[in-house]
Amino acid sequence: MVLDSKCPTGPIETRWTRHKGNIQLVGPINKRKHHVIVVGTGLAGASAAGTLAELGYRVTVVTFHDSPRRAHSVAAQGGINAAKNYQNDGDSTFRLFYDTIKGGDFRARESNVYRLAEVSANIIDQAVAQGVPFAREYGGALSNRTFGGVLVSRTFYARGQTGQQLLYGAVAGMMRQVDLGQIKMLPYRDMLDLITIDGEARGVVTRDLLTGKVEAITGDAVVLATGGYANVYFLSTNAMKSNVTATWRAHKKGAFFANPCYTQIHPTCIPVHGDLQSKLTLMSESLRNDGRVWVPRKQGDTRAPNSIPESERYYYLEEKYPTFGNMVPRDVASRNAKYVCDDGLGVGESRQAVYLDFRDAIQRLGKEAIEARYGNLFDMYEKIAGENPYEQPMRIYPAPHYTMGGLWVDYNLMSNLPGLFVAGEANFSDHGANRLGASALMQGLADGYFVLPYTIAPYLHSRGPRKAIDESHPEVKKALADVHEKTNKLLSINGKRSVDSFHKELGLLMIDKCGMSRNEAGLKHAIEKIKGIREEFWQNVNILPKEGQTANQELEKANRVADFLEFAELKCHDALTREESCGGHFREEHQTPDGEAKRDDEKFAHVAAWEHQGVGAMPTLHKEQLTFENVKLSQRSYK
Amino acid sequence: MSSDKTIDVTLEVWRQKGQGDKGHFENYEMKGVSTAVSFLEMLDGLNDRLINEGKEPIAFEHDCREGICGSCGFMINGQAHGPDTGTTVCQLHMRRFKDKAHLVLEPWRARAFPVIRDLMVDRTSFDKIQAAGGYNSVNVGNAPDANSLPIGKEDAGEAFDAATCIGCGACVASCKNASAMLFTSAKVGHFAKLPQGQPERDRRVVRMFDEMEQLGFGACSWTQDCEAACPKGISVKWISRAKKDYLKARLVHDMHTGPSKESGPG
Repeated sequence: MVLDSKCPTGPIETRWTRHKGNIQLVGPINKRKHHVIVVGTGLAGASAAGTLAELGYRVTVVTFHDSPRRAHSVAAQGGINAAKNYQNDGDSTFRLFYDTIKGGDFRARESNVYRLAEVSANIIDQAVAQGVPFAREYGGALSNRTFGGVLVSRTFYARGQTGQQLLYGAVAGMMRQVDLGQIKMLPYRDMLDLITIDGEARGVVTRDLLTGKVEAITGDAVVLATGGYANVYFLSTNAMKSNVTATWRAHKKGAFFANPCYTQIHPTCIPVHGDLQSKLTLMSESLRNDGRVWVPRKQGDTRAPNSIPESERYYYLEEKYPTFGNMVPRDVASRNAKYVCDDGLGVGESRQAVYLDFRDAIQRLGKEAIEARYGNLFDMYEKIAGENPYEQPMRIYPAPHYTMGGLWVDYNLMSNLPGLFVAGEANFSDHGANRLGASALMQGLADGYFVLPYTIAPYLHSRGPRKAIDESHPEVKKALADVHEKTNKLLSINGKRSVDSFHKELGLLMIDKCGMSRNEAGLKHAIEKIKGIREEFWQNVNILPKEGQTANQELEKANRVADFLEFAELKCHDALTREESCGGHFREEHQTPDGEAKRDDEKFAHVAAWEHQGVGAMPTLHKEQLTFENVKLSQRSYK
Repeated sequence: MSSDKTIDVTLEVWRQKGQGDKGHFENYEMKGVSTAVSFLEMLDGLNDRLINEGKEPIAFEHDCREGICGSCGFMINGQAHGPDTGTTVCQLHMRRFKDKAHLVLEPWRARAFPVIRDLMVDRTSFDKIQAAGGYNSVNVGNAPDANSLPIGKEDAGEAFDAATCIGCGACVASCKNASAMLFTSAKVGHFAKLPQGQPERDRRVVRMFDEMEQLGFGACSWTQDCEAACPKGISVKWISRAKKDYLKARLVHDMHTGPSKESGPG
């Protein structure tokens, strides 16, 4: 099957404008005849739902949280990129486009990324109009800071809680539509399956997390904005409920899953303290603006950091990468942290940590300045680690954070499965093999505010207003029955092990064999082990209480872990098949002499979109060839 | 980690199957709890033990485990989110407690927050307040350039201080009247502080205050427990300001509630 991205051709600067001018629209009197279901209320979901409703579409929003404000976008800290060039330092749409393509290690679609850069400026305007309290300079203009992998200051921020403020802005816009009666908001609803009729996405099956009631919601198009799958590692910076279920179930119904092996390990997170660790806490990349990363030069140096003199400190990023220093992209920073720890130079009790030191910045700028920039992040660190980062360096270690892979979508953000649209981290589209910092917020809002509201129209126009589908339709009945059957099966297992114990076992295997560094033997071993864990899960998991018609957190988790146990196999398979290193996917067999990722552009400059063939069965690979006409393919160097 | 201390604690936890169940307290002895773990990680460990014993685990709300999503929250010995200031219960670590501590865990108590199960309560009423005006009416695509309206550094910072509310409900839980004034006032104040919030300033405060009252939250009698309990340290000054805005809107600008929703797009 040939994957058609439907990207416009011609000069890249005008592709999006021409596309918007050429695509069919849905007229004002017809918009209300279309019912769009949006699953997920993070940046992409809330912005999409709000904007679609403003335009006049009937929108139903589904979230498994009690409130849209809980979506994990809320935790994003450092900032959002936009090509405004307010700092007069050489930024432009083209430069943002170029930085993002290069940062993604030349594995993203040029057209999508250019569009992203193009609409980025509008996002900031919209956020400010909504009342997002971005940081400002004394004169009243917006402040900027720099992020990894770039040489301009294009990141807008609100202290260390940019995600929170942007999310609340998008949610506010959505709640206005709830107030106006244009959006039906369904909290506490867990999407457990996609409903397809005649090969098109026509609805979702949800389980009410308070009553256990299973229902079908049908419509004319489905938008999945359900986030990423970093929790396949169990320990990640994701919230505990973040999961792959919505996209995985859609995948099992025919939507291709693209590049699942592209996972991002973020370099600066608080290290693991012990077995009860439930998640890893991110320390924003923005800290690397002012913090210096180092380890002691000598192995096994257990002196307190402040007593280690300058000459005995190995500022490894500054020495290896003079141009970018501590601001190299995340995959480069993470791999180097792993290398120095593997070499025995790690610090802390576990020796699996490096220092992020603010001593010099505090000396240069004063404590107040640092507090103003990062106050809440320093507090957060102190609460968790029990140490004061104003007085001694933070201890940090890489942790799974973001997933560049996701459901395959075309230029209209539609899956190969017609009627299914995917926005935000849930899709694969814009970040290639590595996402640059402050780009996720940008992509989620670009998709929701400025892309999807346009690109959903051609599909809806082509189908015209359709009759509503009700619960008596055979496909709907089957989808409901499938969910009931799966729920009953899970509750009937008389096992001994908790859901979490399986999740942890999977997570440890994945971080070891499919984490920062991968090799053929390890991946093959992982695939076999995953099959074993999955088999044991379905025989030995113990879900308590054994009641489905009530609030049941163990049952909720069980559904998610069951899906991770299938998805993990695809991820390893993708990693095995991609015999090169690029961005966050590092195959030990394919590296440059100084340990950098070595791509194989001849064989692997394509998107790997997988088609499901059954649980445990070999999936089918569909390749979308990537062509680079506007940037020259080169070895990504940050030296 | 090996060098961390361990302590023994007794947990007295509220168990309730749902609205129909009367509920009761149950005691759990926790031995050898590492002081490096967080409170919720300790509960995870307890739940694992309960499951292994074939008993129903304790239901409690949580998600981000880093103090920003607002999902978590319960009373520990009568204090919302526990004894530390500016901390959500998911950020509370066991190093805060002494050996042999006796800790009573209860859900938020408010008529507007019905209990779902054990320590989980339903806070969807907060979103109803939010929907009654916690927004600027600006459609996507209309915004002027972001720098066109200068906003002073301090003003932006102050707006942020109000906007940082995570909607956890600790303010309601710690108030003897179960008032939602701090939550509502913070939202009102955030918008009132910014130029973009001015056009709808009156409508917003009147509608949100009236909605809050309709939902069964109590009235504000200025006990200020809310500010003390708030994990984000939101000041009661926002309540004073919002009350002033409300009075001004009602008495000076003659703003009434009632069928004040605009009609939808045509």
